[in-house]
Amino acid sequence: MNSSLAGWLQVALLVAALAACYVPLGNYMARIFGGTGGSSPRASNSTTDKHLRAERAIFRLTGIDPDADQKWSTYVRSLLAFSAVSVLFLYGFERLQRYLMLSLHMANVPPALSWNTAASFVTNTNWQNYSGESTMGYAVQMAGLAVQNFMSAAVGLCVAMAMIRGFTRSRTDKLGNFWVDLTHCVVRLLLPLSIIAGLILIAGGAVENLTAYHAVNTLAGGHQTIVGGPVGSQEAIKDLGNNGGGFYNANSSHPFENPNPFTNWFEIFLLLLIPFSTPRAFGKMVKDNRQGYALLAVMVIIWLAAVGGISFFEGQHAGVAPQLAHSAMEGKEVAFGGPGSSLFAASTTTTSTGSVNSFHDSFTPFGGGIALFDIALGEIAPGGIGAGMYGILVLAIVTVFVAGLMVGRTPEYLGKKIRPTEMKYAALYFLTLPTIILTSAGLSLGLKIGTSRIDNPGPHGLTEIMYAFTSMANNNGSAFAGLGTNTTWYNTVGGIVMLLGRFAPEIFALGLAGSLARQQPVPASAGTLDTRKPLFVGMLIAVILVLVGLTYFPALALGPFAEGLH
Amino acid sequence: MNRLPGIVRQHLAALRMLIVFTIVCGIAYPLVMVGVSQVVFHNQANGSLVSYKGKVVGSSLLCQEFTDAKGNPLPQYFQPRPSEAANPESKTDYGCDPLFSGASNLGPDNPILVQDIKERQQQIAAFDHVKISQIPADAVTTSGSGLDPDISPANAYMQVDRVAAARHASPAAIRALVAQFVQGRTLGFLGEPRVDVLTLNIALDEKYPASGS
Repeated sequence: MNSSLAGWLQVALLVAALAACYVPLGNYMARIFGGTGGSSPRASNSTTDKHLRAERAIFRLTGIDPDADQKWSTYVRSLLAFSAVSVLFLYGFERLQRYLMLSLHMANVPPALSWNTAASFVTNTNWQNYSGESTMGYAVQMAGLAVQNFMSAAVGLCVAMAMIRGFTRSRTDKLGNFWVDLTHCVVRLLLPLSIIAGLILIAGGAVENLTAYHAVNTLAGGHQTIVGGPVGSQEAIKDLGNNGGGFYNANSSHPFENPNPFTNWFEIFLLLLIPFSTPRAFGKMVKDNRQGYALLAVMVIIWLAAVGGISFFEGQHAGVAPQLAHSAMEGKEVAFGGPGSSLFAASTTTTSTGSVNSFHDSFTPFGGGIALFDIALGEIAPGGIGAGMYGILVLAIVTVFVAGLMVGRTPEYLGKKIRPTEMKYAALYFLTLPTIILTSAGLSLGLKIGTSRIDNPGPHGLTEIMYAFTSMANNNGSAFAGLGTNTTWYNTVGGIVMLLGRFAPEIFALGLAGSLARQQPVPASAGTLDTRKPLFVGMLIAVILVLVGLTYFPALALGPFAEGLH
Repeated sequence: MNRLPGIVRQHLAALRMLIVFTIVCGIAYPLVMVGVSQVVFHNQANGSLVSYKGKVVGSSLLCQEFTDAKGNPLPQYFQPRPSEAANPESKTDYGCDPLFSGASNLGPDNPILVQDIKERQQQIAAFDHVKISQIPADAVTTSGSGLDPDISPANAYMQVDRVAAARHASPAAIRALVAQFVQGRTLGFLGEPRVDVLTLNIALDEKYPASGS
């Protein structure tokens, strides 16, 4: 069998496995977040029916009233309070590392790097300016970083679910309870799935121990240090929660994180699982599964295009070095090869994961360019856990607005009118990221402290800086890692960019949801755009490509295009 | 508690929530997973270590260097891929060092990468007496991890004659041994065919001990 046919069978198995999980996992998520409420206003507005005993214990310990429903502004304040405390806690953890048990005698993490890493893990970015095996001991990895792998993922999903409630609820200013959503998400969804996924990865060969690093004498008489760590458990939530922060510097290309072709396939499955099932939860919650299928169709089309594009260009192996070597194998593992690396790259950049099993900086100009473009699209196809859902909902609102302009009617989506207030939130939402990315990348290009650490000359160097800020602002976390970013400038500015890129859009999404929840639904009429039909799917894709994609066109033209077309 | 301003109450609740989940997800979860794995998946959980003559010599998941003290490749062993995983401050660390996992991150048109590939091709052509056009890509490129335990079957077969000569064995016998160590795609279509270098070299030492080693 040739490599590319095997590669497509790999994709086919992935699609089949995700399709099999779509209905059961989506329905389960809808049940967790209270989408099955009855027809009475009270029932349909309640967050959930009841809590598990463990959850009630958590609410008692933390002094939270699980029955208190929050306004959107309160929901935002709770979310921000939790994230602020998380950043401070993680910062302190890193700064005090050498006083902790299981730290392998590693030094305290320097201030700028601690700040960047704390912001990075709390925002679900997992941009890493450090090398795990030499900077972070087991204590910080498992009790600091991995905790945020769970919590930042849960926060993203909470926002998505609160936003969906904006459509399902009416004449209320309440969107649910952040603390309850957060707890349910971790206890009922992320933790059980992580346990199963972690055991599968460990059975496949991922390491899971607390053994100190130890040296062995190699077969040829040299020495080699065998590293360890609670890797499998962290790997599971790293992929499942679209975090992407590797235990080791080499991330999922490291054989202890991702030992073989099966675990490689399984990790890709994990990072797509929740994002691709969320449209089902959405369809279930708005009581119209076809609404979910329409959004799913958009996600699948864009994701497949990314997979096909990167696979094609990596297979063509353009570029001086790949041509010389006869294949684009620089930065790739033999076991995964071109197809397994391209599929991973497309999936990690269309979700907000950012874990890598091959190094994007060494990809062919257009292969790496597509990875950058995927992130620039805002990671909505399928996007990061939760973040992809609220991202695509905002763009769906923009799409019905554009359609409404064409026929001169007040647009509506799922029975809610899209009025000036909603459009203001939506516009703020999608203007935030280009503003952050282009400002920070422009500053870095103009300042010597920004350009002095570029590793690759020419247009590739520009792409490295664009990729860095696009990845950080969109909370992806993958990198063109030839850019040396463990500097005061990149650590400090990067931390700010990640926080703004995460929380500003979340605030606008929740504001939008709050405004929608107050509305009385309007019945669909003959003039309503049917958002379950292929016409809408096509329009939404066009809006995504034109509105978001074109924003970055000049930068893409000077980077990957210039490199690939010369 | 209720007399505190709202903003302070929010942050106190947040702190307590974070502490609870640090205990649940950050301490209990990994410890339980380590405990279960150490019992059920002992070999995998500890890094798939492999032994030769009763001593652990490495991991079947990590490449290791088969070089002399100066970094010259030993002809009696199959050679792994070039590796970037080396201590940049050490002159005797030639790669495959798990303390420094990572890639070159050199772009496809980077002159440094082009030069590296040319040099590697010339070295291999001289070492294995093969034409440059016959050298597979994985032999002249570094992996993402710097720890890639595998080489392509083509790369392994390319090295057969040299290994056989160094061990005074017949090339056909060594070729047959390599064939035993070629792993096909998982389930027939996942990943790429490959050869694990360390386990192949262990089998080589067991069956065809090189004189003096």
